Amino acid sequence: MAAVETAVLRADGRTRRRRRINRAAEVLANVAAYAAVGVLAIVVISVAQRGLGEISWGFLTKDLPLFGESGGGIAPLIVGSAILVAIAAAIALPLGVLTAVFLTEFASRRIAAPIQLTLDLMSGLPSIILGVFVFGLLVNGHHQSGVAGGFALSIVMLPLIARSTQEVLRLVPEAQREGAFALGASRWRVVWGIIVPSALGGIVTGTVLAVARAAGETAPLLFTTAIYVNTVTWDPREALPNMPVQIFIWSESADPEDHKRAWATALVLLAFVLVTSVLARAALIRSRKKLGQ
Amino acid sequence: MSTVPFTRPLTGTRRLRDRIGDRLLLILTLLASLAAIALMVAIVYKVFKGAHLSFSEFGLGFITGTTWDATNNVFGAGTFLYGTAVTCAIALLVGGPFAIAIALFLSELAPRGVRGVVGTLVEMLAAIPSVVLGLWGILVMGPFIAHHVEPWLNSAFGWIPLFGEPSTGSDVFIAGLILAIMIVPIVASICRELFLGVPRDLEDGALALGATRWEMVRGVVLSSSRPGIAAALILGLGRALGEAIAVTQVIGSATAINVSLFEPGDTLASRIAAQFQGAASAMQTSALFYLAAILLVIGLITNLLALVVVRRFEIKRTGAA
Repeated sequence: MAAVETAVLRADGRTRRRRRINRAAEVLANVAAYAAVGVLAIVVISVAQRGLGEISWGFLTKDLPLFGESGGGIAPLIVGSAILVAIAAAIALPLGVLTAVFLTEFASRRIAAPIQLTLDLMSGLPSIILGVFVFGLLVNGHHQSGVAGGFALSIVMLPLIARSTQEVLRLVPEAQREGAFALGASRWRVVWGIIVPSALGGIVTGTVLAVARAAGETAPLLFTTAIYVNTVTWDPREALPNMPVQIFIWSESADPEDHKRAWATALVLLAFVLVTSVLARAALIRSRKKLGQ
Repeated sequence: MSTVPFTRPLTGTRRLRDRIGDRLLLILTLLASLAAIALMVAIVYKVFKGAHLSFSEFGLGFITGTTWDATNNVFGAGTFLYGTAVTCAIALLVGGPFAIAIALFLSELAPRGVRGVVGTLVEMLAAIPSVVLGLWGILVMGPFIAHHVEPWLNSAFGWIPLFGEPSTGSDVFIAGLILAIMIVPIVASICRELFLGVPRDLEDGALALGATRWEMVRGVVLSSSRPGIAAALILGLGRALGEAIAVTQVIGSATAINVSLFEPGDTLASRIAAQFQGAASAMQTSALFYLAAILLVIGLITNLLALVVVRRFEIKRTGAA
């Protein structure tokens, strides 16, 4: 009896092969995951290594260098990017939240379907198309402006904000709605007094994530706000200097000085994007947990 | 509310305010939703309108024409369609298996603590702005691939025309790899959700029958989420198709089709990004709009396709449950 058992337990050729394949698959999956993390690390380290040495107080506060000039800074880019993203958020936030409220609180399934479809398709649009569209709409025949760039970025943000808002609105317990209705509250009071406030955390973090995404978008700005002066510009009716487009321009340059500036600007942009998205993600997970309970 | 007939409003004013408030909220939210639809329609309309001039000049032949001659105003999209197809194919071939493997790692293999950290880091990869990835692509990854990977591929597979002489650091192959990096987080996060959704009973059943973990994954996890994986890959494709900036930075620009992957090329999106600003004639601008229109149509079809698959898949899953 015992002899038979050991004979069964010893892995024969086929079992050994199966085990080996299994082991190989596991190793490959591990390698793939750590390779992805490795790529992230390499990109971040490359940018940090090359950019950090260039960053100084002067670099962050001075105007852009004129052609061939050494030194200079990126203050106009930081201000311009901030204004562009602010314009985009000012357009996309109300539109996105209102659309989400309509979809979750008012629309029947049949009415919601085409709107949902539109949002899904909009989020999948190549961002270069948005640049071309806004060029045709606002720039062609006029001139490039911060408003045009901000509007193009708002189309990137709109579906993101609408989707994240929808998700948290759905998490608001049905009992809260019903309770409020039972007390005789009207619909708009329930929405503005109860549903939106309890979803506010999620809406804000969703917006912050959308801002982080929009801040790094280059393609929508390439034809809408890419020809600008080298000084800090506050007027959104003028083309606004901004980080993504300038990184693009510098990266295409042959001058190694420009490459250094590109790395340093990329570091500023990357740091902003990564830090905001990590923080927003953490907040999102927390607020979801809170609502889910 | 109207179903409770004996409720009387406390005061007339409150009721009026509520009625106006309700109506106003409905109108406001409806208008916002309609604005979203109008925006989408406007995008399609503007792009097609911009393409009108070149469409009436070249017709549908534009799509297959491989000439792009700004001095003689003869334009065609063929070269860029080819470039788009090739870079996307590389991205999917390299990035797809990677992404699926990562998703399997995150859903089946990784210990709980590792899962969250690695999952977040992979998603962070998607947060890197494409212009930054492109910058890294031309200055770091491109030269590395051109000096270390391409010579090896050339010496090993040089008899295939695809793997010609190594480039100097900007070519179609490198563009494909950059796109692969971009689609991995998207495909991986969708696939992970799919794999986590596979019923535990089925997985345990397979293991109880003596299957190894890999056999269980192949027989249960992968086979039951095949349509979802397809949708994830299509969504990744949609992302790769439309990426303009990073591709422009690393692909090197070319107006003719090069068979070798180690030669410069151009995609629809990268050509628009590179030339739109400096278009020399109205016809060239219009031809670029035409490229945008083609890209728009392909992008919309791709996303619709993914949505259809996702929807079908979900119906099937809830139907089975």
